[in-house]
Amino acid sequence: MELIQTAAIGPTTDVELLPFSETAVLVEFGKGIHPETYRKVRALAQYLDRHPFPGMREYISAYSSVTVLYDPVQVKQEQERIRDDQPVYQFVASMLQEMIDHLDCSTRKQVRTVQIPVCYGGEFGPDLEYVASSHQLLPEEVIEIHSTGKYLVYMIGFAPGFPFLGGLDERIATPRRSSPRLKIPVGSVGIAGMQTGVYPLETPGGWQLIGRTPLALFRPAENPPSFLRAGDIIRFSPISPAEYTAYKEERTCR
Amino acid sequence: MQISVLRPGLLTTLQDLGRYGFQKYGIIVSGGMDLYSLRIANVLVGNDEAEAALEITLMGPSLMLEKGTLFAITGGDLSPKIDGIPVPTWRPVFLRQDSELQFGPCTAGCRSYLAVAGGYGFSPVMGSKSTYLRAAIGGFHGRGLEKGDILPLGNPGKKSRLLICQLENKMTKQPFSTTPWQAKASYITKQDRIRQVRVTRGRHFDYFTEESQSRFFQEAFEITKNSDRMGYRLSGPTMKLKAPLEMVSEGIVLGTVQVPPDGNPIALVADRHSVGGYPKIAQVIMADIPVLAQIKPGEKIQLREVSLEEAENIYLENEKMIQTIKTAIHLQIRG
Repeated sequence: MELIQTAAIGPTTDVELLPFSETAVLVEFGKGIHPETYRKVRALAQYLDRHPFPGMREYISAYSSVTVLYDPVQVKQEQERIRDDQPVYQFVASMLQEMIDHLDCSTRKQVRTVQIPVCYGGEFGPDLEYVASSHQLLPEEVIEIHSTGKYLVYMIGFAPGFPFLGGLDERIATPRRSSPRLKIPVGSVGIAGMQTGVYPLETPGGWQLIGRTPLALFRPAENPPSFLRAGDIIRFSPISPAEYTAYKEERTCR
Repeated sequence: MQISVLRPGLLTTLQDLGRYGFQKYGIIVSGGMDLYSLRIANVLVGNDEAEAALEITLMGPSLMLEKGTLFAITGGDLSPKIDGIPVPTWRPVFLRQDSELQFGPCTAGCRSYLAVAGGYGFSPVMGSKSTYLRAAIGGFHGRGLEKGDILPLGNPGKKSRLLICQLENKMTKQPFSTTPWQAKASYITKQDRIRQVRVTRGRHFDYFTEESQSRFFQEAFEITKNSDRMGYRLSGPTMKLKAPLEMVSEGIVLGTVQVPPDGNPIALVADRHSVGGYPKIAQVIMADIPVLAQIKPGEKIQLREVSLEEAENIYLENEKMIQTIKTAIHLQIRG
């Protein structure tokens, strides 16, 4: 695959701009899950939120990359206006390169910390016992480890409002179930390898379920429709089944 | 004006050009599978091309339409009939009396689009009327049509009213009247042919074995039964990686062909997730998504490589052609 341009951003990481299709360019800041790489992803995403270029449709930010979608017809019109005759994808890539060169990743943006109440174990977390026993831990210890962790929302994807969280303690990292469940209840909190996340919709899925939150993560009537956003910091706080039920009732009465 | 659903068909949903701008919150794009047919259907009844239309899959519904409805059917041929009389497709059709629109056997393609003058009277959700089944939002209560549903229609705009005037004056004995002209039909698949679908190389193409790379373009793939609005699953030569590829999830776009560990490629379509973590072997060009969208499970496709620059030129040419068709239709409407 053709590499358009490579340029250094920060002392260690290179950024690669790759044409993804005739309507998208991929900006890759690194290969893995690192808070440092992610800072650059966030910086570009926030820049694009404030300064979308003519013809830009939207972007998808992920762990270490931002995919920028555009309408070639509209970009071409912009190119004609400024008398640029490169192929559209090259024009978009050079525009993005220009933005990246001037990105300010050093300033700390305001970070939101969100508390998510979770009722662990029992019918709410049918895999808690399994997760505990596979690490020679007590269920209470798994809850203790999971709920003292601080998690970064790297991206929202897979389902509306589904957060991909980084920062899970290795002591409770557990592989996916060998056969996925056909229906996972809304609000289920799960573990898959080094990831943890919350299911905002009833879907099939293979994550180990350790608890459930009464909080609605997908809010179609609100803007944005996702309660969580990429870049948020998350903490889980244990609640009792009674508190879970009370919370649910309070929400429905509102 | 309204449409009543007498029989819902296999899967009939409201779709427009899609819900853009919310993928960063995990909200998928959705939208029509064959956007060429959807856009033209709307233009044929005097709507903005971005209006929603009913996407009708394989087995069509029976719908009760009111007298005075102006509609157009495009896309695959699902044998639409009114009072037993075949309804011309790719044309505006005006109803002179209350009638039942019945879809019959699918003879070409697999998705029809039914656009009505004024569009369907539903509020957009996050800027789009597209139905997103899994999240149960958009379209008609976020679901496919069911027996007994009543679909309200919007108010026809100026272009639609001009067309209605033209067609009201045409005298025939039929329950409907139509124009002598029609739009360019396209992408209708014949059962016995292998369709060509053009792709550019995906970003992980080079990670696949040389044998896989060459077989990818030389051999045909069959569209399997597990294909749906989310992805077209291809069966044919198995794609093998040179070495296991470690990657984290990243964005995917319409037409991305990714290869899960079983080696069978999946071409992602309208209801794809926003991110995926499998290697990307290819990318179907936008102009050929409507071709893919009209291929039925069991039929075969042959993938043909084009360069990114060619793909871009094809995109721009294709959009120009659609603009030309739109202008031609507008001229016909103005008389």
